[in-house]
Amino acid sequence: MSKSVIVIGGGIAGMEASAYLSAMGFNVTLFEKDEKLGGHLLNWERLFPTKRLGSEVLTFLKKGMDDKIKVHTNSNITKINSENGKYFVTNDNNEIFEADALLITTGYDLFDARRKEEYGYGIYDNVITSAELETMFLSGKPIVNKQGKVPKRIGFVHCVGSRDRKVGNVYCSKVCCVTAVKQATEIREHLPECETYCFYMDLRMYGAKFEELYNEAQEKYGVTFIRGRLSEANETIDGSLLVKVEDTLVGRPLKMTVDLLVLMVGFEPSKGTKDIAKILNLSTNSNGFIEVADEHTLTNVTNLKGVFVAGTTTSPRTITNTINDARAAAAEIACYLNLYTIQSRNN
Amino acid sequence: MADFGYKIQEDRQINYDSNDRTLFYFLKRVEPSISLCIGCGTCSATCTAGQFTQFDLHKIMLYVRRGEKVHIANEIKKCMLCGKCSLVCPKGINTRNIIFQTRKFIHSNK
Amino acid sequence: MELTGKQNIWKDYQKEIADDKYFYVRSCVRQNFFPGAETTFLRILKDELHKDIYEHPCHTTCTGIGYHGDVVPFDTAMTVIARQFALMTEAGYENLVPSCVTSFGLYSEVLETWHHFPEVLARVREHLRKATGREFNIPKNVAHASDVIFKFRNEIAQKAKYKLINTATGKPLKVVEHIGCHYSKMFPAKGVGGAEFPYVLIGMVEEWGGEVIDYPERRHCCGFGFRQYLVQANRGYSIGCSHKKFESMEPYEPDMIITNCPGCPMFLDKWQYAISEMNGKTYGKNGQGIPVFTFEEVAGLVLGYDPWDIGLQVHQVSCEPILDKMGIKYDPATKYLGKNGKYLGVPEKPSVLKD
Repeated sequence: MSKSVIVIGGGIAGMEASAYLSAMGFNVTLFEKDEKLGGHLLNWERLFPTKRLGSEVLTFLKKGMDDKIKVHTNSNITKINSENGKYFVTNDNNEIFEADALLITTGYDLFDARRKEEYGYGIYDNVITSAELETMFLSGKPIVNKQGKVPKRIGFVHCVGSRDRKVGNVYCSKVCCVTAVKQATEIREHLPECETYCFYMDLRMYGAKFEELYNEAQEKYGVTFIRGRLSEANETIDGSLLVKVEDTLVGRPLKMTVDLLVLMVGFEPSKGTKDIAKILNLSTNSNGFIEVADEHTLTNVTNLKGVFVAGTTTSPRTITNTINDARAAAAEIACYLNLYTIQSRNN
Repeated sequence: MADFGYKIQEDRQINYDSNDRTLFYFLKRVEPSISLCIGCGTCSATCTAGQFTQFDLHKIMLYVRRGEKVHIANEIKKCMLCGKCSLVCPKGINTRNIIFQTRKFIHSNK
Repeated sequence: MELTGKQNIWKDYQKEIADDKYFYVRSCVRQNFFPGAETTFLRILKDELHKDIYEHPCHTTCTGIGYHGDVVPFDTAMTVIARQFALMTEAGYENLVPSCVTSFGLYSEVLETWHHFPEVLARVREHLRKATGREFNIPKNVAHASDVIFKFRNEIAQKAKYKLINTATGKPLKVVEHIGCHYSKMFPAKGVGGAEFPYVLIGMVEEWGGEVIDYPERRHCCGFGFRQYLVQANRGYSIGCSHKKFESMEPYEPDMIITNCPGCPMFLDKWQYAISEMNGKTYGKNGQGIPVFTFEEVAGLVLGYDPWDIGLQVHQVSCEPILDKMGIKYDPATKYLGKNGKYLGVPEKPSVLKD
């Protein structure tokens, strides 16, 4: 009888790893807390750097999910026991499932922008998050502010909840810089008359075609980049926002009003990730994500034998890297379950 | 009006809403590569004039972008048009043309 | 603007405020700037709320004004403050209530320093012992006087004779609230409502019937800042700050400004005169200014105290427009009579700013 793997979390990493593990002949059971598989990808219209539709990637991931994979949606994990190298997973229906290995793909939650009090998210009408802008794109409805006005000027604030010791997140969330550049250019496509400004500390255009998108944003789309972190946003009498920023390249403070202010919210370990870490007693790193056994060589291995991780459960990463990581985790699990000798390197 | 020995000090904030960016829009039209400037400062580092005067091309380009017009007319004269800035610019910006066009704009708007 | 968003932040910044047995420490400057404010505070605490509040005759400056004016070093400040604590300990009190926001900030700074560096506390104890032979306990509770009035805002509302309502229109008065920087910008958790959206004055205004204006430069400093005002050549910077705020609040047509700091009401009040004399601009209706009050004065007005008893005649911007709006009865003939009917003299009329 073939060995079985339980995958917890049905986002990009969970779906892709399930697909590979099932294709390799393992019995795969996938748990997802929400109604649908797909995680955050369900809420994103277009993806950087190519601006292809997120739904296309979702379709690709779904195609990999063969009929043998047992999917449990609307299902939360409440308990996990281990005995003789086997794991027994209980869900909130009090059903118990058995597995030879676990893969944790519970991922990230977006930073709660209300914690950056100075930006007034949740208070000022026209301060929104990057995710909310994406929902606007996804809805296909015209882009208007809370007052129903077509914005003439939109500001994007980078690093909200990332690289910020004050909120307890010292790390870079990796995707927000290029997302801001992508969204600013999309605004210019939707609203050619609307000026767009990115307020950044430094632009981390590390991925393939990221720098190209940035150049295009400047030259073709006329997006203006102002190096400086917003100190505060305040609502004006007409509902627009007065932002204060140091233009660090000029070396002078700058103020401007914007009709919409988009906060590029970063990643934090999801509630699901934190819950599973507690249930299993998994080690977490200083940022609260799941600790991997070795930063260079064992990035899918945890402190527990037979428990593996993939995707943004261990650190923020792009969709490209999440898909790669999920496949790597599938390979790692296969080596473990099939007792390949290469596995002995992990000890 | 009363003199108390001090005046109401204007703040040093760049007031982006009220600034006039006509020169920038003009330059963007005639030399679109100006948009690519990331303020790295390579042009200023190599500039002959910059080593002996306060002339600073990447700063001037920034002031133009923000609509801060102070001193540009005076500053832009200091360039000796040697072209080293164009040579070193990693973004391939035609800095020499930007200086030409700025002078032209200032001259025609006198 | 979403009020619930602000309420969520306010929930996060609730501080403990003692409910009785206060050791009150006065401000150096408030008795000159707004002489009725502290008296009104004591009158409310004693006569209306029946609290035990004590002032020690040997209390001195906390040195905050010198500390922030760059003339008193931190070690000196800490030792002087240790002496105030010794007076409090000797008098048998544990709950400190500073009148001044800068004092409150400095007390908080000193206590926080001692908390993190016990060796500094030991050194200060030693300094105080050598200099005065006194010992002291750390206060159990430190609350700014505005925190105390905030705590009892409902009780004051219940006893109120007037509301922050325009009696002619029935509409709430539009109030700008201005918080002294040293109240919570240094230690957000020590201020009611935190630093970005402080609630301490909003709570009072709302409870007493007014409506608060949130304008773009709300969080900007009034410009007092000690050292820049003290040097005449720097005053342009000081007045520039207030000017920025007035320009920003002007479109909202505020009826009044309420403050909780010694310097802010002084400067927001007096600079309106200076600005009007320098460039002819006024910010109220019909060439008038925007009246500026301390929170104690506003509490006193609400409780029906005589405006001249709470010292409103020494304000630069005339308070009468607000008195009229609130329907407060007052006698113009007694405006410039001090205690026991002593004639104070009438100030010269400004050339621009109207009464």
